[in-house]
Amino acid sequence: MLEKVELSWIDYLIMMIYFVFVLGVGWFLRKYMKNANAFLEAGRSMPAWVAGLAFISTNLGALEVMGMTGSGLKYGMLTTHFYWIGAIPAMIFLALFMMPFYYGSKARSVPEYLKLRYDEKTRGLNAILFAVMTILASGISMYALAILMEKVLGWDFNLSLWISAGIVLVYTYLGGLSSAIYNEVLQFFIIVIGLLPLVFLSLKDVGGWLGLKETLAPITTANGYAADTWTTTWKYTAEATSNPLGVEWFGILFGLGFVLSFGYWCTNFLIVQRAFAAESITASRKVPLIGAIPKMFIPFLIIVPGIIALVLLNDPSKGFSLPIDEGGKPIYDYTIIMLLKQYLPTGVLGLGITALLASFMSGMAGNVSAFNTVWTYDIYQSYIRKRTDNEDADGRHYLNVGRVATIACVLVSIGAAYIASKFGNIMDFLQTIFSLINAPLFAVIFLGMFWKRTTGHAAFTGLLGGFLLALLHHGLTAPVGATTLFKGGWIGVIHTYPVEMAQNFWTAIVAFTVSTSITVALTLLTKQKKSEKDLYGLVYSLTPRTVEDDVAWYNRPVGLAVVVGVICVILSIIFW
Amino acid sequence: MVDIRFPIGIMFSVLGVLITLFGFITISDSEMYLKSFGINVNIIMGIVMLIFGLTMLLMAFRKQKKKSLLL
Repeated sequence: MLEKVELSWIDYLIMMIYFVFVLGVGWFLRKYMKNANAFLEAGRSMPAWVAGLAFISTNLGALEVMGMTGSGLKYGMLTTHFYWIGAIPAMIFLALFMMPFYYGSKARSVPEYLKLRYDEKTRGLNAILFAVMTILASGISMYALAILMEKVLGWDFNLSLWISAGIVLVYTYLGGLSSAIYNEVLQFFIIVIGLLPLVFLSLKDVGGWLGLKETLAPITTANGYAADTWTTTWKYTAEATSNPLGVEWFGILFGLGFVLSFGYWCTNFLIVQRAFAAESITASRKVPLIGAIPKMFIPFLIIVPGIIALVLLNDPSKGFSLPIDEGGKPIYDYTIIMLLKQYLPTGVLGLGITALLASFMSGMAGNVSAFNTVWTYDIYQSYIRKRTDNEDADGRHYLNVGRVATIACVLVSIGAAYIASKFGNIMDFLQTIFSLINAPLFAVIFLGMFWKRTTGHAAFTGLLGGFLLALLHHGLTAPVGATTLFKGGWIGVIHTYPVEMAQNFWTAIVAFTVSTSITVALTLLTKQKKSEKDLYGLVYSLTPRTVEDDVAWYNRPVGLAVVVGVICVILSIIFW
Repeated sequence: MVDIRFPIGIMFSVLGVLITLFGFITISDSEMYLKSFGINVNIIMGIVMLIFGLTMLLMAFRKQKKKSLLL
């Protein structure tokens, strides 16, 4: 049985103070929530730096923090591919090339952009899949948090589930998207400061970065890898078998760096919504770039301690171990909390646990605020009750709809969390399935933005076809040693991948390629019904460029993008 | 709307003072700090948080002053 982490009064007091401030922010913002526009779009009034930090904080959810620390242990610095090649290029592309159309089109959500650019059916398909995916994701992360708290801290599962969900519900209900964004900024700082002592203490324990490299060498060679596999990124990617990720450079570059990452960062409304809330078009273009700066350094906060955990596991004198699941395998997702327990004394320990709670809340609030916007504008307003002539009455009506959707979203997520606690595999499976929509969605939005000829029928078929083919690929392939059909191969296995990661990459590549081919082919066969006037502001070639000559170079999106790109290249070279 | 730096500044200042004080109370508890190799991380992190909190507040106040001068 796992020895529980003992918390003292001071640790609980720190948590309580954090809760008071998070709820307080919601309380202070409640008086500004006069209509749906303020509640669901934050009145498009956020300064770039606020929305930028919120942008990255939403992404830094509990599953991300727990999963990436565990991946640090399993794959070492190769995990940074999810941060550098797997995020930064996509964020720069979103900022420079896509935000002008998203923000400039006055669309209030990604599905609404599809409606403006293509047609109602494309929007409907995306809105419904997105709504389901959001609820699943929020239920799964809620379950992961509550079970972690139960196993490691000895808290009651139901109690931590309802309290953490309840706090998010209260502040998003009171202050809508503004409250979610403000709290995400606060949570961002709590996560960074709360995990900071862990980074320093764990590095001190192994004798700094050089000491870490030295102690890792015998461990990795004993596992059949080169001595510095865990501390390098690209060096051992010539062949899939020479690195623990099990993917070669092409899969990383094209699968992760292009299809998966562009699919996630450029089309996932959960993330992009923060940029939609910016105060101006220039601010909205700076949002992903400001978010990219902390994103590049997050690996040092969560991946490096994960790598150190591998050293601890191989040194019995450290007294470090990971909890074991029913199958006798270590639970890698618990690496972060076991590290907190290992190094942090009472006081900063409470701060570290608060950081985990904050990461959960920032992710969950992101799901809730994205769901209620898509539900209210793309489902309710399009299919249930259309807009009337009375704008004021509409604003109040849709505000109430948004509020009810907020409550419903949290309640259904709690239900999903309980289902996940009973049928975890099915929920993971469903989440995998629904995430297959990202790659085709990117194909369709990309073609729509940069090729004015692309038609609605083609986009709809491309979206659906890409999704179904990805599903088929998942059903026909499996990772080596898969014990359940939830991992793939539920139709019959015709190809086996060395690791699950490789299967995910290739599923996305298939989805993207199929979707692009179908959309291009059908566009050439169908007639464009939209005139050039309809497409003004939605398509690259029909929209005037924004000129920002009046501001200093570092305040221009392009200037900022160059800075971000250069830092990312330098980091990649240092840790090559 | 409220400047977000106010709530962030107040929260980190409060937590900073609290954690620093706790660090001083437990300064002779060498057993508790065995985990952190004898370093009193509470005092260090408490001061870091206090400085961060006060900086946020200072920036928020300066912005507010600038705004009221314009009006």
